[in-house]
Amino acid sequence: MKLLKSIGFYALVVIIVVVSVFPFYYAILTSFKSGTAIFQVDYWPKHFSMFNYRMVMTQGSFPLNLLNSLFVSSVVVVISLFLAITASFALARVKFRGRKLLLLTILSVSMFPQIAVLAGLFEMIRGLGLYNTLWSLILAYMIFTLPFTVWVLTTFMRDLPVELEEAAIVDGANSWTIVTKVFMPLMWPALVTTGLLAFIAAWNEFLFALTFVSNNDTRTVPVAIALLSGASEQEIPWGPIMAASVIVTVPLVILVLIFQRKIVAGLTAGGVKG
Amino acid sequence: MAASDPATAARRRRSNLKAERIRSSWIFLAPMLAVLAFVAGWPLLKTIWFGFTDASLDALSAADFIGLNNYLEWVDYGDGEGEYFGLLADPDWWRAVYNTVFFSVVSVFFETIFGTIVALVLHAEFKGRGLVRAAVLIPWAIPTIVSAKMWAWMMNDQFGILNDLFLHIGLISQPIAWTASSDTAMIAVLIVDIWKTTPFMALLILAGLQMIPQDIYEAAKIDGINPVKVFFKVTLPLIKPALAVAVIFRALDALRVFDLIYVLTPNNSQTRTMSVFAQENLFQFDKFAYGSAASTLLFLVIGIITIVYLKVARVDLEGGR
Repeated sequence: MKLLKSIGFYALVVIIVVVSVFPFYYAILTSFKSGTAIFQVDYWPKHFSMFNYRMVMTQGSFPLNLLNSLFVSSVVVVISLFLAITASFALARVKFRGRKLLLLTILSVSMFPQIAVLAGLFEMIRGLGLYNTLWSLILAYMIFTLPFTVWVLTTFMRDLPVELEEAAIVDGANSWTIVTKVFMPLMWPALVTTGLLAFIAAWNEFLFALTFVSNNDTRTVPVAIALLSGASEQEIPWGPIMAASVIVTVPLVILVLIFQRKIVAGLTAGGVKG
Repeated sequence: MAASDPATAARRRRSNLKAERIRSSWIFLAPMLAVLAFVAGWPLLKTIWFGFTDASLDALSAADFIGLNNYLEWVDYGDGEGEYFGLLADPDWWRAVYNTVFFSVVSVFFETIFGTIVALVLHAEFKGRGLVRAAVLIPWAIPTIVSAKMWAWMMNDQFGILNDLFLHIGLISQPIAWTASSDTAMIAVLIVDIWKTTPFMALLILAGLQMIPQDIYEAAKIDGINPVKVFFKVTLPLIKPALAVAVIFRALDALRVFDLIYVLTPNNSQTRTMSVFAQENLFQFDKFAYGSAASTLLFLVIGIITIVYLKVARVDLEGGR
């Protein structure tokens, strides 16, 4: 009976692992096939050709798209962390009137449907002359990275001991010094986690990137992958699409696996969207 | 006299300090609030405004106020005959509403069940648990567009591995055009969404499970209570708050679904959700005002659910202080 139970348990474990990993495994498998090998279903690796990778990295604008994504996501992370650190210090450590309302507002903004601001943001971006530039995306991405980083850093800062701050106040430190000299050194783990989650969110964003940028050379990778197409409906270039998918996903998977524990903690603290 | 009293002086110094802290905290908050008002507040108001106008993509500044006509308008043909126009009379809109609600309810339902199962497995002690948790995180780490493309390839009607597998084990008798056929398009979207977001659900539920004190289980074990009964009578009631938060969070996310459907099943009335409907009207059909009105309605729906969420979850704004 006990043996049966543990066999059942391990069977469940195997199913969970296979279902989770298989689609990605299959994408890698496909990306290494070339020519007609693509149209033949294989469960195990049989072919190894770099053709699709060479194709994606040398023809078309995909390398540029990668750089665009990297640039947009990094700038978004830096700006939102910078704005969020001071804001979350105020929200976490200082009692003032209207704080609760502010926190509620920030939380509600993080649940905004992006489509609700799309029309207004489009007008604004055209008005500012940012249409078809990467700055339009950097501006637009603040809408989801900023509330999230503020929220998570606030929860984190609230849990730091009061004594630290009191000692600094007795020494005559002002708020700016407290943030930069006392809290910042303690916050590195939280900053890395929130920064990473914000980076992933910006890296994956699709709706704004689809709407505010219309040029092949200024697109980010999600849109580039979605719009990779062949000469006709029947000729979808599955090989290059899978190669591009693997290229953008592998760094994310590695980062997620390295920062596994921290990400889980950050996700549950922020209750962010998946 | 009072000024020389050390207690009063200390009090005054403290209140000065407090005033300084409050002043600097508003300075700290100002940039963040300004950015949010600029990228979220103003565009939201503008979208709502466009919903009451006849704006078109090429003439945004020439928009005229037309009241509620985008929502509902009675066009009189004379002789007592006429017809209703506008969102509320548009069968395509109601189809999108139905699709969105159906998608949200079914996906969140299965994600909760599978998420609970995965969370229970990860909560158990066994060899290789770290590896399993890493594997479970992979679907979450993959960008939505990439998962849509990966699954579109696996679900390909001629060369897809899913048809091949199901044919081999006899689940289906002929290949299915998963993403193209109107019978299966919604199922395809649901499969991919459930695959992608179950890990998130599992992590939130796992956090709830880890808060349950271990001795409750030991007590139940000593009393020889059947594990299934323990789950329904002890575990489930205890993780209910965590579960409620996870469900509402996911539901909010499911209601605004766009990427997956846009890429996996483009131009399919069976899967067109409210977000897709709004985006198409805004930027493809040149009905900017109509699309803005649709966005506003979706915002209202999600706004109401957010308020319910904040009430149900009793979000911890004070940090227990």
